[in-house]
Amino acid sequence: MTLTPHAMGTAMPRPEGPEKVRGRAPYAFEHPAAEPLYLFPVQAAIPRGRVTAIDTSAADALDGVVLVLTPETAPRLSDAIDPDHGVLQSAQVHQYGQYVAAVVATTSETAREAADLVRVTYAQEPHVAALDEDSSELYGPDTLVTGAPADDTRGDPDAALAGAAVTVRATYRTPMEHHEPMEPHTTVAVWEGERLVVHEATQAVSWTRQALAGAFGLAEDDVDVVAPHVGGGFGSKGGTHPNTVLTALVARAVPGRTVKYALTRQQMFDLVGYRPATIQHVALGADADGRLTAITHDVVEQSSRIQEFVEPTAAFSRGMYEAGARRTTHRVAPLDIGVPTYMRAPGEAPGSFGAECAMDELAGALGVDPIELRVRNEPEVDPEQGLPYSSRNLVACLRRGAERFDWSRRDPTPRSRLVDGWWHGTGVAAASFPVVRFPGSEARVRAARNGALGNGAGAPRYVVEIAASDIGQGAWAALTAIAADALDVPVERIDLAIGDTAFGSASPAGGSSGTTSWGAAITEAAERFRDKYGDDPDDGDEADATTPDNPWAAEYAMHAYGAHFAEVAVHADTGEIRVPRMLGVFAAGRIVNPLTARSQFLGGMTMGLSAALHEESVLDDRFGHVVNRDFAGYHIATCADVGRMDVEWLDEDDPYVNPMGSKGIGEIGIVGAAAAIANAAHHATGVRVRSLPITLDAFL
Amino acid sequence: MKPFAYERPDDAQGAVATVSADPDAAFLAGGTNLVDHLRLGLATPSTLVDVTGLTSTEITDAPDGGLSIGAGVRNADLAADERVRARYPVLAQAMLAGASGQLRNMATTGGNLLQRTRCAYFQDLTTPCNKRQPGSGCSALEGWARHHAVLGATHEPADVACVATHPSDMAVALAVLDAQVRVLGAEGERSIPLSTLHRLPGGEPSRDTVLAHGELVTAVDLPPSPIAARSTYYKVRDRASFAFALVSVAAAIEVVGDTITDARLALGGVAHKPWRATAAEEALVGAPPTDDTFRAAARAELVDARPVESPRGGTAFKLPLVTAAVTAALRGLAGGEEHA
Repeated sequence: MTLTPHAMGTAMPRPEGPEKVRGRAPYAFEHPAAEPLYLFPVQAAIPRGRVTAIDTSAADALDGVVLVLTPETAPRLSDAIDPDHGVLQSAQVHQYGQYVAAVVATTSETAREAADLVRVTYAQEPHVAALDEDSSELYGPDTLVTGAPADDTRGDPDAALAGAAVTVRATYRTPMEHHEPMEPHTTVAVWEGERLVVHEATQAVSWTRQALAGAFGLAEDDVDVVAPHVGGGFGSKGGTHPNTVLTALVARAVPGRTVKYALTRQQMFDLVGYRPATIQHVALGADADGRLTAITHDVVEQSSRIQEFVEPTAAFSRGMYEAGARRTTHRVAPLDIGVPTYMRAPGEAPGSFGAECAMDELAGALGVDPIELRVRNEPEVDPEQGLPYSSRNLVACLRRGAERFDWSRRDPTPRSRLVDGWWHGTGVAAASFPVVRFPGSEARVRAARNGALGNGAGAPRYVVEIAASDIGQGAWAALTAIAADALDVPVERIDLAIGDTAFGSASPAGGSSGTTSWGAAITEAAERFRDKYGDDPDDGDEADATTPDNPWAAEYAMHAYGAHFAEVAVHADTGEIRVPRMLGVFAAGRIVNPLTARSQFLGGMTMGLSAALHEESVLDDRFGHVVNRDFAGYHIATCADVGRMDVEWLDEDDPYVNPMGSKGIGEIGIVGAAAAIANAAHHATGVRVRSLPITLDAFL
Repeated sequence: MKPFAYERPDDAQGAVATVSADPDAAFLAGGTNLVDHLRLGLATPSTLVDVTGLTSTEITDAPDGGLSIGAGVRNADLAADERVRARYPVLAQAMLAGASGQLRNMATTGGNLLQRTRCAYFQDLTTPCNKRQPGSGCSALEGWARHHAVLGATHEPADVACVATHPSDMAVALAVLDAQVRVLGAEGERSIPLSTLHRLPGGEPSRDTVLAHGELVTAVDLPPSPIAARSTYYKVRDRASFAFALVSVAAAIEVVGDTITDARLALGGVAHKPWRATAAEEALVGAPPTDDTFRAAARAELVDARPVESPRGGTAFKLPLVTAAVTAALRGLAGGEEHA
């Protein structure tokens, strides 16, 4: 079914907004509990080896300390869990910062003091923490984290490159990056008999429930996970990390007591995932007319020795442009460091930097305008799947952006515009992100005509329940609008409830999939409800549904597209780099809530700017940990770094993606943004920077 | 984090007496650096002596035409003071270039001077650092040294090596203004030239300043300085706000006709202390205000420079950056239009 939009497409303020600005919307740590206990961990100070002794006597003796857990005293977990979830289960140390003991005390200060008093002795073993593409430990994984094959070759790309009229070969590097949402990872856990109740900063209450049930050998029904409000995640709160398991483990040792643990900012650099560093060898071959004949994108990247995570870096190059021959490969360095995880546009964000800079370099080598080069290589059908597109409006994005950015007046000569001591240039890059639908979200619609929610004899209200997560993207508003349109009532008649496993299973706020997956489930439940009860239901009438499969999934390739335009200024003396202007034009299906959508696009572009100029987790391989582990050291763009930033989206009617016609917008804003800035920096200065972040020393 | 006693004496003398008598006691003012250190386990005082309100929070006109800045004056208030902005623009600009609005509202003049290096290894208890743990070695020498020194550092021997930089912007401006720092100790009050307050690491990198334990900064005195009316602070950093200087330049020059007749120059982000660039000043005076002059002056200051040559990111880039920043700053003061 396809919905007729009334609420969708209309700007809707966040329904939870007033509570948030008053500080009344409870985040995980603020969940009230009687006499809570506080956890503070002891972390490994070595990257690899064994704990040989732990002396907890001084900590035990401290007033207010309730418990000190070590691998010797901690309750046992199930064996069938992720390697990094096995907290306090053995003396092995596989990464710096790993939990080796935990203190619970009546105040957070006492817990922290006691943790400092725990004395740990280690037998250190040799470790490897540097990403080295000549390492003999590199291996070829089977699949990317998305499940797609790690390597994919079509035709004979080497022969095509050898025969190409023009070739570009370059190596691009992207650094390890950390998500660092404002709200740190937080768990508030209590065991009520054999039930575990957790308030958690998570993008996926169901995934957290699944991980905890697995770790403790419980049925999923015996675990409740609650997260109505989450202060950002960017992917780091998608998977479950050791901190959550540790808190539940410690709580198990103090039954009936609530245990609270919020990570410090420094701990956020150790244990809750990161975007792995990549080294990308890209080669493009083209005929004299600028038609691609070959694309190769060969990647070497970081992972963890204890648990594989293969960033799908080169996947971007499989579907973006038509080329006769293509090769994409991934090689992984298993390092003695924490486990990487999804970070906003995993794969597309780093991969588009290499691929879209290479396109700019090819445009320069050919003497063709970079927008025109992309237009010439627009595919007829999706090069990866061989399917027609449900809709693809990349060219329209490029053309509209060119018009707004005054591209036609651009002198393509690098280093040709000096204004008040700053070299200025402009650059462009393309973006894409797949339409992702996760199965298994359960939605329920219930009529309320009486009681607190209903209004007696008047029009019915509808309670809509789904264990979706709002990490700031605007699910509270978007799902309310979808439910209103699906039930054909005004938004005022919808009472949405999300963020609680009491509502069943749901897929995560991740992969730009939330609106698609949850919205399709809500739409299906609403349709069933109306089929069964019509528009005048009785109090308590209810219907439910689980996310249906997309009947068009095998017929069409489905992606959102976008075009980034950036102006860069580089100080002629000092090399300081600024981005006075950015424009993003997107074609992402129907925009459900223009108000929050603009923020999502802007946020993605800002994060892309931040990746382009600032973000780099400095992993000191001698010690095996990130040394710039706070907000003074790990730079994220400040307001002063963000100049004029404009967002526009094209009207796009796509009946195939889902009932809402929406494509997902959480990630596409970051894809290609760094490449547009790097391309603009080259245009400004003539200096091609192929390694992120782009800092002033490149121009000195 | 170790528990500590908290005391609030009635006056500065009482605070000095308390801290002087206890080697594990420390003064607390705005707390913007010390509280971080408490959390990190870097500072473990037994007693914090809160000096808020015990030193002046006023900026007063001095009889000689200068200004006296109470140690308790908040950074935000110092930046906004009309007299400072008119008579010592380099100082107002330096204040606004430092930290963030929130931090400037808390941080005091005295505390700003005594903040400690932000070297990542100094702040990380799990890595060797001669400043934090004398004799343990310097992790920055072969580590992440982007913010480290090129002048006056100790590269060897290993057990005293230190290439840390002093992070204050304010102190660089004060260095160029020939400020005097008034200090109250158990033996009474003394006045120290700002340029000698901070030390080079030498063989004792754990000591940042010449102050004795228990000595309290009470005020900073600025002498009258006609040249300072035409002064500037130019800060080069890795983002546009809320970042420590890679290199900063505090500068004032006087030009008569085609000749520089007087010059003051100090550098930040390059040494263990605010670096008064006397060699550059000498090279400037008597020369025409051209880019060539400015570059030559910067290079004169860098004759003895020694960057950190780290495989994980050293400071060699700071040599051309100092030259570029000095040139840009002085060109701006001279009103010139020349460029690279």
